[in-house]
Amino acid sequence: MGVGIEVKDLNAWFGKAQVLNEINIKVAPNAVTAVIGPSGCGKSTFVRCLNRLHETVPDARVKGSVQVGDIDVYGTNTDAVDVRRRIGMVFQKPNPFPTMSIYDNVAAGLRLNGYNKRPELDQIVEDALRSAALWDEVKDVLRKKSGSSLSGGQQQRLCIARALAVQPELLLMDEPASALDPISTGKIEELIFQLKTQYTVVIVTHNMQQAARVADTTGFFLLGRLIEYDKTEKIFTTPSDKRTEDYITGRFG
Amino acid sequence: MGSSPNPESRQLLRFPPSMYAVPSSKMSPTLVKALAVPRVKLRGSKVSKYLDVVFRNSLLLCSLSIVAVMVLFFYELTSRSKLSIAKFGFSFFTGSNWDPVAGDFGAMPFIYGTLVSSLAGLVLAVPLAVGVAIFVTELCPRFLRSIVSFTVELLAAIPSVIYGLWGIFVLAPILREYVQPWLSKYLGWTGFFEGPAYGVGMLAAGIILAIMIIPIVASITREVLVAVPRSQREAVLALGATRWEMVRMAVLRNARVGILGGIILGLGRAIGETMAVTMLIGNRPEIAKSLFAPGYTMASVIANEFSEATDDLYLSALVEIGLVLLIVTVIVNICARLLVWSITRGNSARSNA
Amino acid sequence: MPSISRPLSLWRRFVNFCFVVLSALAAIVVLAPLAAIFGYLVYKGIGSLNWEFITNTPRPVGETGGGMANAIVGSVMILGIGSIIGLPLGIGAGIYMAEFGRGRFVNLVRFTADVLNGVPSIVVGIAVYALVVLRQQHFSALSGGVALGIMMIPTIARTTEEMLLMVPNTIREAALGLGIPQWRTTLQVTLRTAYKGVITGAMLAFARVAGETAPLLFTAFGNQFWNLNPNQPTAALPIQIFAYAVSPFDEWHRQAWAGALILIVLIVVAVSAVRVVTSRGTMEHNA
Ligand SMILES: Nc1ncnc2c1ncn2[C@@H]1O[C@H](COP(=O)(O)OP(=O)(O)O)[C@@H](O)[C@H]1O
Ligand SMILES: [Mg+2]
Repeated sequence: MGVGIEVKDLNAWFGKAQVLNEINIKVAPNAVTAVIGPSGCGKSTFVRCLNRLHETVPDARVKGSVQVGDIDVYGTNTDAVDVRRRIGMVFQKPNPFPTMSIYDNVAAGLRLNGYNKRPELDQIVEDALRSAALWDEVKDVLRKKSGSSLSGGQQQRLCIARALAVQPELLLMDEPASALDPISTGKIEELIFQLKTQYTVVIVTHNMQQAARVADTTGFFLLGRLIEYDKTEKIFTTPSDKRTEDYITGRFG
Repeated sequence: MGSSPNPESRQLLRFPPSMYAVPSSKMSPTLVKALAVPRVKLRGSKVSKYLDVVFRNSLLLCSLSIVAVMVLFFYELTSRSKLSIAKFGFSFFTGSNWDPVAGDFGAMPFIYGTLVSSLAGLVLAVPLAVGVAIFVTELCPRFLRSIVSFTVELLAAIPSVIYGLWGIFVLAPILREYVQPWLSKYLGWTGFFEGPAYGVGMLAAGIILAIMIIPIVASITREVLVAVPRSQREAVLALGATRWEMVRMAVLRNARVGILGGIILGLGRAIGETMAVTMLIGNRPEIAKSLFAPGYTMASVIANEFSEATDDLYLSALVEIGLVLLIVTVIVNICARLLVWSITRGNSARSNA
Repeated sequence: MPSISRPLSLWRRFVNFCFVVLSALAAIVVLAPLAAIFGYLVYKGIGSLNWEFITNTPRPVGETGGGMANAIVGSVMILGIGSIIGLPLGIGAGIYMAEFGRGRFVNLVRFTADVLNGVPSIVVGIAVYALVVLRQQHFSALSGGVALGIMMIPTIARTTEEMLLMVPNTIREAALGLGIPQWRTTLQVTLRTAYKGVITGAMLAFARVAGETAPLLFTAFGNQFWNLNPNQPTAALPIQIFAYAVSPFDEWHRQAWAGALILIVLIVVAVSAVRVVTSRGTMEHNA
């Protein structure tokens, strides 16, 4: 089941450059939240702070607090590895493991956690691939084909399946469809819509139509600040901030 | 084009400096001068065209020299070892008798010694070299990174003869006094660590070879580890992996072919390494199971006996050993290069696919 | 479905801990011999190093004193000959690969250079013996220089190529487009832009062959006396160190350490100089 998120006074740096400035946001469980904004405004950095991936970049730093369900992400007793296991992530460019079969790609996260019992593992892999709408396309070549032999759209759905297999409480997606063709994009959007029943999803997108189609709530970022955060409908029809309106109507960005 | 005099052409550069791809401070005087002249197409004179052809062909000759050297090496070594090839044929490789006085030459003890000392070196070097490479690329804080890699570079710069010198006067005594007694006490039962402890011998040669090939294995490994894209590491991290799991699943798995290439390259170095081994292996053409026993390698028999070989057959047998060494190292290097090239070049192509 | 939301197992933490400790340990174990070798070299070498050592020729067995002056000068001579052969050929081949570098032939050259780089130095020694010494009928500094020169070519060629490839194409096009002939463009524009890297490669190749012993054993051969004739057997520092190290005399052992110290200082200075030059270069690029 999805969990809620509460971010308080989040700041992030790359070396000396501050790229996130006092972000405060509250996301309801089982909702899809879109993060929009011009390129370089800190969208990726924001989602990567939610699962503590930001700090793995050399010289990168974070300050602030993030609560995801019952996890205090930046708590002193919280292990980053634990956080990442409970929060799934899908990246902009599909990154399946090229040396592993499709099956092994999906099972990778489970195996890390010591799940090796065959019948159970088979079942979880199948469920994850079904949830990612990829099962029918790959069920005959599960062990024969490598993750990188699939098409771009299939690779991205494989990465989604890989993230879902460990049953995360929150799914982060950083422009998951930006490298894909329209048909694959459509499939992924449909998928996000269905995932909502079971997961909380935060999706970064530079495509405003996409945000409007899939998201319940939307946050608009500009120059490292959260300018406006509201119901998607409201953001796209009657934004309260002038800068949001300018961005939505294409006057800059 | 404009033959009309342009006032701006009087300035050194015709456009604002920002319009050039390179800052004018980095341009060579020739380029600056050339950019300064009004843009009139200079028809290449006959002389300069002729010079271009001369230039290109002399460079071609330089490139050809590399290939020529390789061909000449093969030709010379083959023709100078004809005598021995004709006389012994394949039994040269299986015979274990090396008797210059009787004119009977079998290279088996040298082949054995080369293989065993190189393998011993590899076994010791590979975990350390891969460990250092992982430490430098994945774990070590920035300020340490350049120190560690500079040190490894220095290790590669120490001449073989100095390794040998140090081996004779420092390593061998330590082995004799401390290491070998301990090894024979606890591991003597395996048969690999028994017999009198001379210090010098296969073990000493293996250790010095390990130290000598660590730099090459480590630097190639580092290269292929760096070539693993960050997206692969992040994919594993995002699944909730520890650092070790990240290295195992994302880094080593993707880089293993290249690391293998580095290891094979190290093997090539070890096989051909001469001076340090000659000074430490004991130089006795025997085949013994124990690593304490003295041995002999192909390279060291050449180093020791080549200038003493007076009769033609003896010389020819030594040159044949050199030829074998050449062929083996060429094959080893071809394999290694192909592996390393496939990983450092194919990687970007694969991740784009 | 099984629930997997249990805390990270102690076992995984333990394995990760071992991994970190072991790789750090590997780094320490690798650094140890370097420290040991340098420490011992300085300790032994300084004690035996004196004015006589760098100005005199070797004394016969049994007498103390004497030095390696002839070997130092011989090394310089052999390395000089090697550089005269290796530098132009290496740089020329590197330019050809970088500037005309398409097609099968260039790939073959590139590959052969890499393979030649891995040919054992002792094999180079006997090949040059067969090629030069047997034809000349005697050992000489010249044949030693040929051996070292051949060993320098592949390193220099490949680094030159790499450095030239880093020069942006716009520079070449700018020059060629202005009607500067190809040869001047390459030598005076492209090569000039990359000269720092090319020098680096040359220095590294030089440092690498400076300590080579095996290729000199049957070419330069060694000599106990002064010799400045490139056509005669000539002493070289590495050969002298080798001969003294494996001798049974304490006095010669001491001299071997002193010679080794001189050799290593030369090499380390060259390598460090390269390091300084290149790191300064990259900093400028970043700025
Ligand atoms: N690895 C990095 N090192 C330094 N700065 C970075 C790095 N990655 C991103 N940045 C900078 O951080 C800012 C935010 O980047 P990012 O979060 O990727 O933006 P977005 O995803 O909205 O396009 C940008 O100005 C970018 O230049
Ligand atoms: Mg982004």
